[in-house]
Amino acid sequence: MSILVDEKTRVLCQGITGAAGSFHCGQMLEYGTELVAGVTPGKGGTRFNEEVPVFDTVQEAVRETGANASVIFVPPAFAADAILEAADAGVALVIAITEGIPVLDMVRCKQALRGHPEVRLVGPNCPGVITPGAKCKIGIMPGHIHRPGRIGVVSRSGTLTYEAVYQLTQLNLGQSTAVGIGGDPVNGTDFVDCLKLFNADAGTDAVIMIGEIGGSAEEAAADYIAKDFKKPIAGFIAGVSAPPGKRMGHAGAIIAGGKGTAAEKIRALEAAGVLMAPSPTELGSTLQAALKRGVRKAN
Amino acid sequence: MKIHEYQGKELFRKFGVPVPRGILATTADEAEQAARELKTPVVVVKAQIHAGGRGKGGGVKLARSPAEAKKLAAEILGMQLVTHQTGPAGQKVRKVYIEEGLDIARELYLGMTLDRALSRVSLMASSEGGVEIEEVALKHPEKIHVESIDPGAGYSDFQGRKLAYALGLKGATVGKFVAFCAALYRCYVDTDASLAEVNPLVVLKTGGVVALDSKMTFDDNALYRHPDVAAYRDVAEEDPQEAKAKEFDLAYITLDGNIGCMVNGAGLAMATMDTIKLVGGSPANFLDVGGGATREKVTAAFKLILADPGVKAVLVNIFGGIMKCDVIADGVVAAAREVQLKVPLVVRLEGTNVEKGKEILRTSGLAITPADNLRQAAEKAVAAARGARP
Repeated sequence: MSILVDEKTRVLCQGITGAAGSFHCGQMLEYGTELVAGVTPGKGGTRFNEEVPVFDTVQEAVRETGANASVIFVPPAFAADAILEAADAGVALVIAITEGIPVLDMVRCKQALRGHPEVRLVGPNCPGVITPGAKCKIGIMPGHIHRPGRIGVVSRSGTLTYEAVYQLTQLNLGQSTAVGIGGDPVNGTDFVDCLKLFNADAGTDAVIMIGEIGGSAEEAAADYIAKDFKKPIAGFIAGVSAPPGKRMGHAGAIIAGGKGTAAEKIRALEAAGVLMAPSPTELGSTLQAALKRGVRKAN
Repeated sequence: MKIHEYQGKELFRKFGVPVPRGILATTADEAEQAARELKTPVVVVKAQIHAGGRGKGGGVKLARSPAEAKKLAAEILGMQLVTHQTGPAGQKVRKVYIEEGLDIARELYLGMTLDRALSRVSLMASSEGGVEIEEVALKHPEKIHVESIDPGAGYSDFQGRKLAYALGLKGATVGKFVAFCAALYRCYVDTDASLAEVNPLVVLKTGGVVALDSKMTFDDNALYRHPDVAAYRDVAEEDPQEAKAKEFDLAYITLDGNIGCMVNGAGLAMATMDTIKLVGGSPANFLDVGGGATREKVTAAFKLILADPGVKAVLVNIFGGIMKCDVIADGVVAAAREVQLKVPLVVRLEGTNVEKGKEILRTSGLAITPADNLRQAAEKAVAAARGARP
């Protein structure tokens, strides 16, 4: 069991013929992902790696292959359009890897997605989603560090997610699903969405969530966890040492107007019963401790 | 990207947002000439730097004659203006903006920015103009009125009217304020701004509304489609290291510690800085070389880090996912040779082909201290920076 993606996930890639798209699609095929189609306008009728058919439109790709998930590698200027094309074609899960999409493009895109309640967007600017037990890797994460298992991972950061997964695997704690929700200020699926899914997933025993400075997504997650989350949960917030007013790489990672500090987020999550890792070298061991401790609810 | 007040007002003018008349000056003589051209009994001499709080810092002065404008401009030009946003060293003033004096009845606040929780642009107004809006938000949240704008429909006049009446505006001023908001929204959206702040927005004794100040920042990711806005970039206002990093597409932030950091990924880079602090050290920078760091990028990053004279040790933390550790190790070794590294170098590699990578570092002949995990790496770097043998 898992969330978002499983054995039935049939993936199409928008931007499959670009440098990033073709490299990562090769990696996905190697991992075992059911990659059934590619889309690049003007390249319809060709094949990727001599096996995956490429189409001009997402609509055509879905009609011909029954794809139900899309992974997007198209350049930032065209990425919001690509997300909407996938939604229009009825693709249920859209995973946008592209980094650097203009914020107002995403504001308009997210508004338009409200007209497609059946479509779920993950990202943009994210590593993707992986369910090791189903051999389904959609995104750019290194597949080999993952193991099938029962720990859910959700994170705003890319390489820090790998760090968490790697530490879990070292401790023999495999993953049900690992989700990178992305580092942009406007994104699709958030912490709360993922936590709800993990809460309901019989294949997930515990969750580790990794946040960072900026915004209030972690605080919203804390509210949800305090109310409804029923599994052991560990957490970490990156950016304790970040100065205010400086954007730390991710478009969303900035402490603005005294809001979005790591200290505030850590306080909120601890109060909600999340066991917080004191340093990024203790992500795995803190999850292990959370498992031992079980569910603790703040009164 | 940030721009100057005078540039922001130029944009405002283009979009029909009312602003006072003003002229830019880079010398005291130009300032005198500008004051003469404006022909008002009073002019304002305003220092142009990329930071707020200029008035409190002594960078905004009233002049009652062109001669006084010249004298004040001579004082302000070239000064190191210190405000709460510049840091203790301040920012050198290279330009002043000479603006007409106005008869002001009220000072208000108007700001526009992204509300992340709603994924929409929000318009904020307050009766408390001219002061720090963060302070108002903290002490008197009831004095801040917010309208969130539907991205499909755009700004609607009723939203301006709601704000106007909440601010206690009356008569013809209401309509002028509504039009002001509409123009500001067009300016924000059409330039892909991330902040448009007017503090203060003034109501004149004649009933008009005018932007007395302008603070605009823009979405870096959208600058490609706004060459006119991109042309406003003033490199002199930027940290020279950060400006250089941009050339190599590296995410780099100068900090005040002594351990140079090179990490792949923003989250891991922050986590590395946090770990250095946790073990008692202090990072000299934030540097994300990106998920797919190449040898060229690694070399450029090394040069940037070492250009900071405060750096006493360098910590490299790479989680090789798609990038293989042996490739990264090759890059690190080549870069360290090329820049003739003189400070201690601690490297933590993890991920694909990690053994091969470590072997390359070991046999490089360079004094590289390997570390097995992030905490150990941070401890070794902190010790090295203190002069201890790692």
